[in-house]
Amino acid sequence: MITLSAVKKNYSSDVAIGPVDLQIPSGGVTALVGPNGAGKSTLLTMIGRLLGMDSGAIEIAGYDVSRTSSKDLAKIVSVLRQENHFVTRLTVRQLVSFGRFPHSKGRLTVADEEAISRSIDFLDLGELENRYLDQLSGGQRQRAYVAMVLAQDTDYVLLDEPLNNLDMKHSAQMMQMLHRAAQELGRTIVVVLHDINFAGHYADHICAVKDGVVTEFGTPEVIMTDEVLSRVFDTPVQVIEGPRGPLAVYY
Amino acid sequence: MTTTTHAPPKGKLFEPKLLIGVAVVGVLLLFSLFTGVYDIFGAQDGGEMFAITRIPRTIALVLAGAAMAMSGLVMQLLTQNRFVEPTTTGTTEWAGLGLLAVMIANPGASILVKMCGAVVAAFIGTFIFFLFLRSVSLKASLTVPIVGIMLGAVVGAISTFVALQTDMLQSLGIWFAGSFTSVLRGQYEVLWIVALVGVAVFLVADRFTVAGLGEEVATNVGLNYNQVMLLGTGLIAIATGIVTVVVGNLPFLGLIVPNIVSMFRGDDLRGNLPWVCLLGIAIVTVCDLVGRTIIMPFEVPVSLILGVVGAVVFIGLLLKQRRRA
Amino acid sequence: MLDAPVVRRTPPQPGGQGANPHQQSAHKPTRNSGSLPTARVRKRYWIILGLLIFLGVGFGFGLLAWDNPMPVGSAGFWRIAELRGTSVIVMMVVAICQAMATVSFQSATNNRIITPSIMGFESLYIAVQTGAVFFLGAAGVTMVQGVPQFIVQIVLMVGLSMALYGWLLSGKYGNLAIMLLIGIIIGGGLGSISVFMQRLLTPSEFDILTARLFGSVANADISYLPIAIPLCVVAGIMLLRNAKRLNVIAMGKDTATNLGLNHRFEVMRVLLLTSILMATSTALVGPMTFLGFLVATLAYQLADTHDHRYVFPMAVLIGFVVLSGSYFVMKNVFYAQGVVSIIIEAVGGTVFLFFILRKGRL
Repeated sequence: MITLSAVKKNYSSDVAIGPVDLQIPSGGVTALVGPNGAGKSTLLTMIGRLLGMDSGAIEIAGYDVSRTSSKDLAKIVSVLRQENHFVTRLTVRQLVSFGRFPHSKGRLTVADEEAISRSIDFLDLGELENRYLDQLSGGQRQRAYVAMVLAQDTDYVLLDEPLNNLDMKHSAQMMQMLHRAAQELGRTIVVVLHDINFAGHYADHICAVKDGVVTEFGTPEVIMTDEVLSRVFDTPVQVIEGPRGPLAVYY
Repeated sequence: MTTTTHAPPKGKLFEPKLLIGVAVVGVLLLFSLFTGVYDIFGAQDGGEMFAITRIPRTIALVLAGAAMAMSGLVMQLLTQNRFVEPTTTGTTEWAGLGLLAVMIANPGASILVKMCGAVVAAFIGTFIFFLFLRSVSLKASLTVPIVGIMLGAVVGAISTFVALQTDMLQSLGIWFAGSFTSVLRGQYEVLWIVALVGVAVFLVADRFTVAGLGEEVATNVGLNYNQVMLLGTGLIAIATGIVTVVVGNLPFLGLIVPNIVSMFRGDDLRGNLPWVCLLGIAIVTVCDLVGRTIIMPFEVPVSLILGVVGAVVFIGLLLKQRRRA
Repeated sequence: MLDAPVVRRTPPQPGGQGANPHQQSAHKPTRNSGSLPTARVRKRYWIILGLLIFLGVGFGFGLLAWDNPMPVGSAGFWRIAELRGTSVIVMMVVAICQAMATVSFQSATNNRIITPSIMGFESLYIAVQTGAVFFLGAAGVTMVQGVPQFIVQIVLMVGLSMALYGWLLSGKYGNLAIMLLIGIIIGGGLGSISVFMQRLLTPSEFDILTARLFGSVANADISYLPIAIPLCVVAGIMLLRNAKRLNVIAMGKDTATNLGLNHRFEVMRVLLLTSILMATSTALVGPMTFLGFLVATLAYQLADTHDHRYVFPMAVLIGFVVLSGSYFVMKNVFYAQGVVSIIIEAVGGTVFLFFILRKGRL
């Protein structure tokens, strides 16, 4: 379980996050949704301890993120930001192998290599594993980054807009894969999503963020209604029954 | 990156407050006219000395200060980066290399020839830097000046090597330290060319802003991007090259002036232009006056004072940026 | 890269991944995450490394033996070789210092087009040397030589740079790019003060000073070596032991934190070791602004791996080959060993220009 209590962060006089109180249950996929600039990514990076908070506390599986050593947290939670630039020239497999660093400290065992292979195949990157990252398309690179955090083998996985740069096919595959990782491997996955319909279909919980605070939290059934979505996104939204569940129509 | 946070009503070039600014600068220039070891009132040839040294010196302060401040502004517009100016892009070092090349090839060259060498080299150098910026994928605003300073250091090392081989190292150092001491009648007149640069910047400043947004945006609004970039580079090179030859290095002036002006007035380009000129003149004049008076009868080169003041202001700006980053 | 890396496609393994552990233990696993991913890259690395060792030994021996009037192996030969040996050892120390410091500094700051020498080490050295001549006259140059002075200079350089890093990297707003820029500006400010002092020197004083302003192996005094060698060896070994962490730090703050490193602490440790190496090299032979850059850039090109365990040896060897090779050639072919460092600077600077124009990324 991830628990946020009275978390606050001030950027400048007009941008502020919090106070946020939130409990993200263990297991399943939780989607953070909301309008641009609402603070979804900030919240996610704070949970992943990449960004400090001004006050409040965040606990992951009972560990306080600001007190627990980074080394120990790396075995509990992995986080991937939206923008990733590396000056180092790496192959896909080398990149993914870094996911094992918290366990191996750089000395890869046979078990590590197997975990790396598993993660690469999970994301359908086997054909590309010896290619250099700068030879890949944006979508392939995005999958390689996700493969790295999956190889980290943590119970909690935080992803900031993992569908960025992905086409229709790979977006759907990525979400299925995250769903599977949650179901089959028992991971808790928290993901910032832009498309409410992906959240409605694949997520087990949806957390709506607006103006720096959490305004709604619940199952897709609760969130995917005309009234809630219109309020969260500040635009008229109609939810209709599609062939595979509810569909939000906002155009 | 330049952010347009709040834009006051645009297009106003003239406003009453500007008169006060002009008056303050005028007083500073008067001080400059009447400061010096030579007694221009008592001595017999006082009037003549006044015309040979003081007047040229003061005019040079006006022209060089305004030109370098505007060069900095143009560079910042073209690159959309607040920390770019001739000292942080290597332009000054390139001008020095050009000057050195002319001095070696033809030791007795006239100031006009030297100037051409410096301008051409400054143009090449600035162009290389802009080319690099265009091709670079990572546009983090703080890495740009780091690359520029490294570039300057490389060019400076080459100049040092050449100067050492030709026994000109010390004169290179003397020349490089910008100073208005040697500005005399008959030697500074080419500086008037930079006044034309100033006028040109006033006329086309808005195009630089658009070009700074990138080739696509510029083309989209019907601007010939390459032409504007060439024009901007040319103007910067002319201003830097001439000032470098006549006066020397004026470090950080182009960086601190536009930044201070936009701190007080926001990012309204047209309205800021006259203020950039005035502040550039004022800072150079104050630094020159300080340099002339603190160890009288000797002079401290204005570049040293400007270097120290500029570095302090620059670091202050960086620390301020740090809170936002 | 000069040649496109070979992509060895592993056939998709049916029935899951990593499939057969027995098969894997029998011979080298087909899928491995090694630092040198393919056989061709591996072969290339070891061939280049071998070539560099060969060249290094050749030049080193050449410097000792060439023009040595005594027959090889005789007592007289060794006496002359011993005298020359000092400069070969100095070259080794400088190669280790510059190569390891630049590679680590670039990784810690996530920036491949920078060299630690512009962070004020050299300007401080130049300011000390110039100040000595300025205030004490021609005799000043000798006053700042000697073992205690050597130690004081190293302590001063390391102390000031750590104060700077500590100030700018600590606290809520710690930011690497701003730290770099401020370091460079402070260096530039010191430089302009030195230029001002130089301007007031008499030409003869200036001539004396000039010799100290350019890096030269001849600047090194044999009595400095007992201090310089342990410093460089200890700092070098510590960086080498830290290589795996450096691989992670080089991926940037977010990734390093995600992988469980205390990024700020790790960066400070690397910067401390870097500043010790840079201070040692600068105090020993004087400024060598672009040697480190040249060496690090070549090392990345030739080693073709991200792994510091492989980049470090390559870089150190390149550093030694460049130094000893240019001394050997300049001394025995052009009879002009005084300009060696300046030529290295010019070559390094040109490589820098070429690199940023061609590469177009940082």
